[in-house]
Amino acid sequence: MTNFEYAPALESTAILDIASQYGLFINGKFVDPKTAQYFPTINPANEQLISQVAFAGETDVDDAVKAARNAYEKSWSKLSAAERGKYLFRIARILQERAREFAVLETLDNGKPIRESRDVDVPLAAAHFFYHAGWSDKLKYSGLGNDPKPHGVVGQIIPWNFPLLMLAWKVAPALATGNTVVLKPAETTPMTALLFAEVCQQADLPAGVINIVTGDGSTGSFLVNHPDVDKIAFTGSTGVGKAIARAVSGTKKSVTLELGGKAANIVFEDAAIDETVEGIVNGIFFNQGHVCCAGSRLLIQENIQDEVLEKLKRRMASIRVGDPLDKNTDLGAINSAEQLSRITELSASGDLEGAHRWSPQCDLPAAGFWYPPTIFTGVTQAHRIAREEIFGPVLSVLTFRTPQEAIEKANNTPYGLSAGIWSEKGSRILWASQQLRAGVIWANTFNKFDPASPFGGYKESGWGREGGRHGLSAYLKGEK
Amino acid sequence: MRVDVKKTYKLYIGGAFPRSESGRVYELKDAKGEFLANPCQASRKDFRDAVVSARGAVTGWNKATAYNRGQILYRVAEIMEGRTFQFAEEIVAMEGVNFKEAKAQVEAAIDCWVWYAGWCDKIASVSGSTNSVSGPYYNFTVPENLGVVTVFADQKSSLLGLVAGLAAVLAGGNTAIVIASEKYPLSAITLSEVLATSDVPAGVVNILTGYSAELAPWVGAHMDVDGIDVSGLSKKAEEEVRLAGAENLKRIHRFNQFQSLGRIQAFMENKTVWHPIGV
Repeated sequence: MTNFEYAPALESTAILDIASQYGLFINGKFVDPKTAQYFPTINPANEQLISQVAFAGETDVDDAVKAARNAYEKSWSKLSAAERGKYLFRIARILQERAREFAVLETLDNGKPIRESRDVDVPLAAAHFFYHAGWSDKLKYSGLGNDPKPHGVVGQIIPWNFPLLMLAWKVAPALATGNTVVLKPAETTPMTALLFAEVCQQADLPAGVINIVTGDGSTGSFLVNHPDVDKIAFTGSTGVGKAIARAVSGTKKSVTLELGGKAANIVFEDAAIDETVEGIVNGIFFNQGHVCCAGSRLLIQENIQDEVLEKLKRRMASIRVGDPLDKNTDLGAINSAEQLSRITELSASGDLEGAHRWSPQCDLPAAGFWYPPTIFTGVTQAHRIAREEIFGPVLSVLTFRTPQEAIEKANNTPYGLSAGIWSEKGSRILWASQQLRAGVIWANTFNKFDPASPFGGYKESGWGREGGRHGLSAYLKGEK
Repeated sequence: MRVDVKKTYKLYIGGAFPRSESGRVYELKDAKGEFLANPCQASRKDFRDAVVSARGAVTGWNKATAYNRGQILYRVAEIMEGRTFQFAEEIVAMEGVNFKEAKAQVEAAIDCWVWYAGWCDKIASVSGSTNSVSGPYYNFTVPENLGVVTVFADQKSSLLGLVAGLAAVLAGGNTAIVIASEKYPLSAITLSEVLATSDVPAGVVNILTGYSAELAPWVGAHMDVDGIDVSGLSKKAEEEVRLAGAENLKRIHRFNQFQSLGRIQAFMENKTVWHPIGV
């Protein structure tokens, strides 16, 4: 039999010029941290050092906030809206020009396949800046009154799963609406934010409009609790989101939160099975399942369960796990040892609680952090793997008999970020999309994102929306 | 000489008028310091009962078409109009204003109610959108109800602030528990009598009287409450509510305008739906 194995097709890292050490980006310049501390960032696919990054302490965060306040008062708020927008257009263009560099660096630092960083993360990040650039001088049409005002200094904390894209989701609307920013990238994925700082320099963005402070949770906490920050925007876990909500409860700070999810992906008996299987795979294995809106609870109508699972397993057997820089790779590295242990622990609870695990045969690299694509069948709603966010390539499969039961199971979670519906019947899709308590509904598709499309959750999945006209309200003071 | 038949002011839960299960009342004095009434001092249990009632009414209230909800809310304004004199008399007694001023407040409150009634079937057009995504997908965003919202009614006015808080929540398709103004609670009770005789389904509105600051932490911590209007709370009580409310990330807002679209939007969620386009 002919062997159709793929030959490796490695993306070169020669395009990168990585320094051995990075400072903090404050007031338009890279500066040494006053903590004098640096921490390593590694490639999760081989555990090799990428660079040393500055650790921002309380004084550093204070410097960054002061720079942002100064820029807000002296330059950014003085600029006309149209001119402000032109800076964002510039940034969008430079991101497009340097797209390859960003894609390679993102894959190195995060572990995601180059196919995704190249085709999804980086183009979408540029699109977010381009989209919001055009909003800058049209805010009176945003439905928030004739002259909606920015908050001032915005503190933004972003996660490690889409480092550059989450930066774009946060920074682009904040700047377009006239705020200045102090951004804290995730501890394990600071590199593309630091490269973005260079983009800001090339775009000649006024000093202090964006400040980037690298560090860990304590850095984020200094930012959240800083008295001169007017607004906090956070993407990350629901636990940290709640802690932020508590921390600001006695302040005037405005807050938006994009938190966790446990999305139901519902397959009705009339679904187009082959397309659905592609959608299931995309829903849970995209970005190693490190996606807050991942379709991590598959709900299959009972009478088609066998057919769907058989085709799903066959499809999963062709998922290529390995070097993220290989253009053929479908599933890259788990972002960190810590995340790998969380996935391992939660999956083990699936075994212990009586669900049945299945993974295709796949050889995992010796170095780095890896987890095979995995499904659990025989999962009940009480199982931890049906309730807790695993944030990895692990799918829990449940079944239902009636559409009403599907909706009840889908909504039986404190989360409400996203959901999927697979059916060929229009009225059923619209009915289900009305019944599901989630902010984003993908019908006959999954994990699609666009700057024009509002994204965000119901219930404990967060506060507010990002993207579209609705996302602007997070950064403007509307009348109410 | 005829002796007046005085009204017993009770709570309004699930379409019925119970006393507080705690048996507590508090003495309400008029603007001159004379005894006015003994409204109920609602307890934590009363509030929990009200939440059960409000939660049970969410589905039905949402199943109604927006046009139907608009008509029901308009009906409330019609019945309020017929009670103008009673509302005004109570406002005179509680606030100490003259009858003309009191009547003006009642009329403003009725007009405010009509304003919100008209929003029911327009909010989706104004607050939703179709979105031009770069790909072969139809993508639209619609506002939906949040669920159960507790309203701490404005403390400074008897009726107008109460109506603004409640009508905005109902226009968004939510069900409500109103904590009446502590100082001026009688308008809220009279409003509940209006609601009971309009076509508002039982449980859609529940009204409690009592001490706002006492109820606040329980409201903040109740896991089946989705949103809270803290306009009628002190800053200190608001902070307590926000702290407790973080546990299930309640949507908590303070408002400074009686009639604003933002008041409706604050207690709505936006849902975005994607579907591929193809033959």
